[in-house]
Amino acid sequence: MTDQTSQDLTDQGIPAPEGEVDLIETDYEIGQDNIEGSLGPFGFDIHNPVFLVSGLSIVAFVFYALALPGQAEAVFGWLRPFLTSTFDWLFLSAGNIFVLFCLALIVLPVGRVRLGGAEATPDYSYSGWFAMLFAAGMGIGLMFFGVLEPVYHMAISQPLGTPSPFAEDGSLIPGNVDAAREMGLAATIYHWGLHPWAIYAVVALALALFTYNKGLPLTIRSAFYPIFGERIWGWTGHVIDIIAVFATLFGLATSLGFGAQQANAGLSHVFGVPEDLTVQILLITGITAIALISVLRGLDGGVKVLSEINMVVAALLLIFVLVAGPTGTILADFGEGMLAYVKDLPALSNPFGREDTDYMQGWTAFYWAWWISWSPFVGMFIARVSRGRTVREFVVCVLLIPSLVCVLWMAVFGGAAIDQVLSDPVNSAVKAQVIDSYNPPMSLFAMLEALPWASVTSVIGIVLVIVFFVTSSDSGSLVIDTITAGGKIDAPLPQRVFWCTFEGAVAIVLLVGGGLSALQAMVISTGLPFTLVLLMMCFAIFRGLQAEAH
Amino acid sequence: MFKQILVPVDLAHAGRLTRACEVAGDLARHYGIGVTYVAVAAPQPGEVAQSPEAYREKLDAFAAAEAERHGHRVSSRLMVSPDPAAELDEALVRALEESGADLVVMASHVPGWVEHVFPSHGGRLASHAKASVLLVRP
Repeated sequence: MTDQTSQDLTDQGIPAPEGEVDLIETDYEIGQDNIEGSLGPFGFDIHNPVFLVSGLSIVAFVFYALALPGQAEAVFGWLRPFLTSTFDWLFLSAGNIFVLFCLALIVLPVGRVRLGGAEATPDYSYSGWFAMLFAAGMGIGLMFFGVLEPVYHMAISQPLGTPSPFAEDGSLIPGNVDAAREMGLAATIYHWGLHPWAIYAVVALALALFTYNKGLPLTIRSAFYPIFGERIWGWTGHVIDIIAVFATLFGLATSLGFGAQQANAGLSHVFGVPEDLTVQILLITGITAIALISVLRGLDGGVKVLSEINMVVAALLLIFVLVAGPTGTILADFGEGMLAYVKDLPALSNPFGREDTDYMQGWTAFYWAWWISWSPFVGMFIARVSRGRTVREFVVCVLLIPSLVCVLWMAVFGGAAIDQVLSDPVNSAVKAQVIDSYNPPMSLFAMLEALPWASVTSVIGIVLVIVFFVTSSDSGSLVIDTITAGGKIDAPLPQRVFWCTFEGAVAIVLLVGGGLSALQAMVISTGLPFTLVLLMMCFAIFRGLQAEAH
Repeated sequence: MFKQILVPVDLAHAGRLTRACEVAGDLARHYGIGVTYVAVAAPQPGEVAQSPEAYREKLDAFAAAEAERHGHRVSSRLMVSPDPAAELDEALVRALEESGADLVVMASHVPGWVEHVFPSHGGRLASHAKASVLLVRP
């Protein structure tokens, strides 16, 4: 006799598709290509080609950069400008295609398809998982660029040829101030609003659709079934998954590098710790060790708890800056920045014939590559919460809610900083750190310095960066481990420890081999092939949706 | 002596469960009590089944086969966890409390130095559960 009480006891179970779906019949079984065994006392369960190719390449990369740092630095220094100046049009066009694709899904009849089957009901509220998604996906970026980017676009990068409000001798040109102020925020909102979230929505939708409605494993290759059929279980699929692993790993390492530099700058600002590579390496090592503890505590006990705490602290910091800073000006800037964004969006997103290459190649192309390389990662988190939603509901939520939060963050931190720069250029620490000398990791602390309780808020800033580092590293390891285990999410923990350790190692060698420009060079080189993968993915999603009842 | 036995099973490695299941069957007959077979699965498609529903069916079938072999009362229980690799131990402790079992019979491997860093699931359960725990080595 067996009882069915187990039915009631599963608090988080996702049942088989409910209602009509178009299940894909395949003989492939999850884990069939995996090799299981043990290395010394450690058990492993890995997807053979994907794990070995990506794992060995990463180890080789780390040793190459450590053995020949001079050569590596030269390569990275050349790679970034080459890629952004050659492929800027591709990144920008791809970004626009993802946004248009998402908008099309909202209006087309396929938007009625329900993820998980026609009768499925939503399993999760968005709140807890959105916390994780922010903490994992954008946390460090928001901390690093919140002050830097709006000020930089306002005064230096001149998006769309908007002239700087500062003359050569550093004096204000009053006639340029209003336009530059609007453009500073609009050009930043463009990088943090609809476009990144459209990229994430595409990957999340692909993972959710092919896992929940088609019954395929939770890995990137599954989305390509409508294009390649059974071949996705062979090398075609291996290559797709390997590209996804590289993109995720280097995207993550870039964030970790930013985080380490910013934490170092903050510690130096508040406690006088020296600001150099040694300290940054120690920071990455120490924080990775904390991330390992979080990995061992699991998803609910580790990263979810940390994310929720961090979201609350970040929200408090946001409110503090809003209230302690020039509240009225910030809110007005927010409104004007949004209007300018809507007005300038066609020009900002135009991939061809642009003169403002400093902005378009130096910033936009880099951002698109970075967001794209993050997409497997953030996509997997969004996919997990999206079962039971219709495609239309899903796309609207994923595009709008996080975009608004990001834009608000940028408007508050950037708006407060821009106000400091313009109202008192001579004494502004932000102007000194961003415009007069370019010292990105210090920008946040320079802005906080002009507000009350600067030493307290700076320490809070440092803690936020460090905890965001931990959550990114932990959840990144989970995602990479899932892909390299052929879609298994219960592979042995030591594998996740391996990835977590090597994320830290890659961040260290990139900082050794050329600092920020090396980080950005690698994220662009791995983001490029994944951009092509994502473009194909849009087509595959559309085919997959058409086969569903709607 | 005992009221109910709990046997954690991983259907992906059913071959390694034989000894533990034999022991549980013998004990159940000896004391005239039932056995609850418990498994932990993720909500996403996995190696054993495409969904927790399908996993539950396989677990029921596994329990029924055990009942036929040993002639004892069986029940089954599936715990769903978003991160089974890291949260298995918590899920098993919860299953133990919910099922009311007071004896756990569980397959475990021979420990080595690595258990200082990654303790075995059986070891963790023994240190956290109120019930008696019998670990069956291969």
